[in-house]
Amino acid sequence: MSFPEPRPQAPQLPQHLLRSIDCQQGAVRAVRFNADGNYLLSCGSDKSLKLWSVSRGTLLKTYSGHGYEVLDADGSYDNSQLCSCSSDKTLILWDVATGQVTRKLRGHAGKVNCVQFNEEASVIFSGSLDGSVRCWDTRSRRFEPIQILDEARDSVSSLKVAQHELLTGCVDGRVRRYDLRMGQLHVDFISSPITCVCFSQDGQCTLSSSLDSTVRLLDKSTGEMLGEYTGHKMKGYKLDCCLSSKDTHVLSCSEDGHVYCWDLVEGSLTLKLPVGKAVVQSLSFHPTETRLLTAMEGRVQVWGAEPEEEGDGDAMAM
Amino acid sequence: MASDSEEDFVSYGVPLEPLEEDEPRKKPVPLHDQTVKDEKGRFQRFHGAFTGGFSAGYFNTVGTKEGWAPSTFVSSREQKSEKQNARPEDFMDEEDFGEHGIAPSQISTSQEFTSSRRDKTRETARAVNAQSALIPGDTTLKQLIAPTRSSVGVELLRRMGWREGQGVGPRVKRKPRRQLTDGSLLPPAGSEESDDDDEFAPENVTFAPKDVTPVDFRPRLGVQGLGYRGLDPGRALQGRAAPDHIDLFRPQSEARSRLFGGAERGARRGGVAGQAFGIGALEDDDDEEVYHRDSMSRYDTVLGGEEPGDGLYGWTAPQQYTKKRDKSKDAAYLGKILEGFTLAQKTQELKTIFPPPSLPRDFRPVHRFRPAVDVSHLSGVSPALAQALRASRGHMVTEELQQGGRHQLDSGQRRALLGEDALQGPSSVLELLKPEDRERLLSLRASAGVLPPNPTPPTFSHDALRPPAAGGGLQQEALTAWRGAQASNQTFKPFDKNPSKQARYELYVNRLKQGDKDGLEQSLDPGMTEWERSRERDEFVRASILYRPSSSFLSSRFTRAKSGEEEEKEEGVEVSKDHEVVVDDQQAAVNMKMFGKLTRETFEWHPDKLLCKRFNIPDPYPGSGFVGLHKVKRDKFSVFNFLTVTESRDSAAPPKPPDLGRRSRWDVSQQKKEEQKQSDPLTELLSAARNQTESRADLTSGTERRPAETEAERKSEDPDEKKAGGEEEEEEQEEESRLPLDLFKAIFASSSDESSSSSEEETNEEEQEGREEPEVKAETQLFNISSFSSSITSSITPSITSSITSSTSSQQQHASSQSVKQEEEEFGPKLPPPAALVRGRASREEKGSQRSKDKKHKDKKQHKHKKEKKKKKGKKQKHKEKRKEDSDEDTVSTQELLRRLKNVKSRETW
Repeated sequence: MSFPEPRPQAPQLPQHLLRSIDCQQGAVRAVRFNADGNYLLSCGSDKSLKLWSVSRGTLLKTYSGHGYEVLDADGSYDNSQLCSCSSDKTLILWDVATGQVTRKLRGHAGKVNCVQFNEEASVIFSGSLDGSVRCWDTRSRRFEPIQILDEARDSVSSLKVAQHELLTGCVDGRVRRYDLRMGQLHVDFISSPITCVCFSQDGQCTLSSSLDSTVRLLDKSTGEMLGEYTGHKMKGYKLDCCLSSKDTHVLSCSEDGHVYCWDLVEGSLTLKLPVGKAVVQSLSFHPTETRLLTAMEGRVQVWGAEPEEEGDGDAMAM
Repeated sequence: MASDSEEDFVSYGVPLEPLEEDEPRKKPVPLHDQTVKDEKGRFQRFHGAFTGGFSAGYFNTVGTKEGWAPSTFVSSREQKSEKQNARPEDFMDEEDFGEHGIAPSQISTSQEFTSSRRDKTRETARAVNAQSALIPGDTTLKQLIAPTRSSVGVELLRRMGWREGQGVGPRVKRKPRRQLTDGSLLPPAGSEESDDDDEFAPENVTFAPKDVTPVDFRPRLGVQGLGYRGLDPGRALQGRAAPDHIDLFRPQSEARSRLFGGAERGARRGGVAGQAFGIGALEDDDDEEVYHRDSMSRYDTVLGGEEPGDGLYGWTAPQQYTKKRDKSKDAAYLGKILEGFTLAQKTQELKTIFPPPSLPRDFRPVHRFRPAVDVSHLSGVSPALAQALRASRGHMVTEELQQGGRHQLDSGQRRALLGEDALQGPSSVLELLKPEDRERLLSLRASAGVLPPNPTPPTFSHDALRPPAAGGGLQQEALTAWRGAQASNQTFKPFDKNPSKQARYELYVNRLKQGDKDGLEQSLDPGMTEWERSRERDEFVRASILYRPSSSFLSSRFTRAKSGEEEEKEEGVEVSKDHEVVVDDQQAAVNMKMFGKLTRETFEWHPDKLLCKRFNIPDPYPGSGFVGLHKVKRDKFSVFNFLTVTESRDSAAPPKPPDLGRRSRWDVSQQKKEEQKQSDPLTELLSAARNQTESRADLTSGTERRPAETEAERKSEDPDEKKAGGEEEEEEQEEESRLPLDLFKAIFASSSDESSSSSEEETNEEEQEGREEPEVKAETQLFNISSFSSSITSSITPSITSSITSSTSSQQQHASSQSVKQEEEEFGPKLPPPAALVRGRASREEKGSQRSKDKKHKDKKQHKHKKEKKKKKGKKQKHKEKRKEDSDEDTVSTQELLRRLKNVKSRETW
């Protein structure tokens, strides 16, 4: 890779725009790294899902088959499968190489907001507007979900899986954590509609952004608040938040066209990354390196800690 | 007999290995290597070679290689030592259970199925029949597996003195043998006795009748001609000559007699003989007929010339029995009759069953009586017509038919029907009494349980009801059900057919509504008899309970739509109280940023087994087949949420104090007020900022206010939302476990303001009311604002859409129009608009960025309201809004209106 190994000094932040990709697929609803961070997935409002190379910014494959705009996508650990969800209430399991639909999963009563593989890509979790999370089996030919988690009182806006835990954020203002190993459901009341939830990399904390323009870091085991990050604007849109790969910073989209980056421990704003004039809808942090993806309108931006020498990074910058 | 194809055979045993020519012959196993091993490869030890003993256990001991360990005694209080019943099987090893062990546990032929104890006669019969079969010896295979358990009949016969081998029937005297007509001595069946016992046949000795061989009536299956006999094994072995005489009527008689042990007369030489076989080359007798030659002398020439003296009743039974039909003979074995039975003196005559008479063709099984025509009532009808009517089917009197049978009529109706005049004089016994006596009688009867005697002040709650007598209880119930019901509610007329009865019933119902307890007695017709009245009383009470107004019937289940805070307080379902406390506490904790215990709830949750399997983790609850949350999950808006109202109230009441005003957390103004009251600087700041924006919006937007409309809107919307909130809360409450009161005290005691401290405000109703009034005011204000915003959006949206259409990029245009469409139906946090729309909006930003933001702005409350609206509010609400909007602008579409409506909602919350 072109990036040096992380140095022992102060952690770097992805503040240099490496490239900007015009996805040509309407508004990009979500942008996601794949498991190893070499590729990115962009979910377009023109019903297509596109696979790009992060380093070169080239389009590798277009996956079309959804009936409405694609809202979220995830790649399996072995890069062999993709899953995506859409406003057409379906999930699609894709074969990466051929671009064929492996399976189309129906059952949600509303548009499906979020989708995630588990670690072994044996189960797909999907959260929907109908207030349910469905667990789909990818190994059997069953078309019914394994289990339906209908504890949510409202639309499930975000969902993350880590090891044996499932974290869901719901518009009813609650973050639910399903612990499969313990067989327990922990509900944290946040009060404001949750737009995005995340596990920290160490799995000890949960991050949740809500529509009261606040990102909160909660202790996973007790539910106590460890940090609160404000300053950005998130009042009406379903925007993403995430943690940096080393758990040093908290990042969140904002409606004012910036990505806000706070120090996790201090809670101070360390970086206000100007992306554009419109709303930064989605972001994704590289699983290991200091690299960030943002999505604004129809474009996806790749940010790195240091400017790329060889690449024409800002050729397409806005 | 030889089968051509190989697969017809059943092979037994292990086939020998095919011999290979060039393979060297295997060396035979030397003698000392020929050891016996059991199935597990262990050497079988033979103990006691002369007695054929076997080994068991460890060198015929109960021990093992390690020695013998006695079973340890284990007993505790929880686990009593079980009584050990040692069975012999416990001391056996698998060899003993094996095929040759002492207790074989494998499937083998049981005693009943073994051929050792066979019914001899049946055996012989089978053998006889086998002779005639195509393949002789065919049936022997069946005999091997045929069960020969003696039936009940056999058992009974045995009790009566019958023995196997004997015939059934009274004992008979032996008859002298008779000579056959053709001179030859044909031995009758069972001839071994007759042969031997012929010489001494005393007069007074009776013999059991000879056994009868049952005849096996089997259809002839072969293609051979009649009388064909295959190879006779008996003859083949014994070399008998063909029979001298062929009795066509008893074709097997001779063979049978042979099987019965008929004496041999003249031994013949051996050799195979039969109709289908010739004579072998070695046969020395040349005159033996090779081919079957028939001679007429071997056949009878006279039909029935021979008396069947033998015991073959099967063939000649009719003759035999008609001859010997004698009652006295039957009585011979009177003594042998089973105990308790006697021989019938009279033979039972056959009952002749006559066939039922044949029905005439046009017979119909259902008969309808013609209704009686009341001719006397038909005034002005000629007698002839009346007669015709009487004969007719009675079309004119259908209304009487509808009234049901005559048992449904009361005396008055019957009287009217019969055309009688009303009786003069008192109609009831009561009228004959003196008034004071009547009073006394009535009160007496009332005290007996029909009615409560003293007019107590009406305490009509269900709980206060004492359990009265059955009738009284029903009446009381009807009374409580109907009291206070509106007159318009009564639409059902149970006694519609009988107008006077219906009128009486309505009178009764009206009195019920007024809470009149004596209404029943008063509404009944005093002219009726006592019996009729009591019947009608019962009917009325039952009907009134059955058709009681729904408001009271479901009042415990449903809450009425409320038009204001006061009403909500004074009545309605008080379910959500304590739950809202929880939510309020949580909300308060969130506002105070006290995340942790207060905001955390933990439930037992059962993942699906398959899910655990896919995650490679053990099932946390291996035994339970349950999946999901363990609490009973209830439908959000189900009626059943309210079915347990009273009990939940009773049970949940003690640990927590009654709440302050039941607000839902979606009750924005309340929350806002709470926030404002709190000294938290952040929330204060936030709310201040919100107020600012609102006021700014207020200023920038137009001036038209429609207080009346907003008022109406508030009235119509609010209860719905309240209710929805309440229901949802109530449901959530069921899942949440209440934290102990002390905790809340500890937390909230420090906070000075009254709104957040739930423990301090116990049941301060006045305070509550006082607090709720400003809330209402705040709400009206809010709605005013919202009405402005709606007017704003109405002016903005068309311009936006126009800007979209004027956009240059076709693709972007496509996407944006799509997203606009999408926006219209979106719920929850929305997705940002694609580029074109934003650009268009940005261009207008200088004009009213605040407004556009407001338009796009959606948040939780808005979302909630939308959802609720979608679920709860019917079209009515929307139509109302639509009308309102239409007054603004007639051209906007419904979807546009819907969207605006959402925006209105959003304004309401911030």
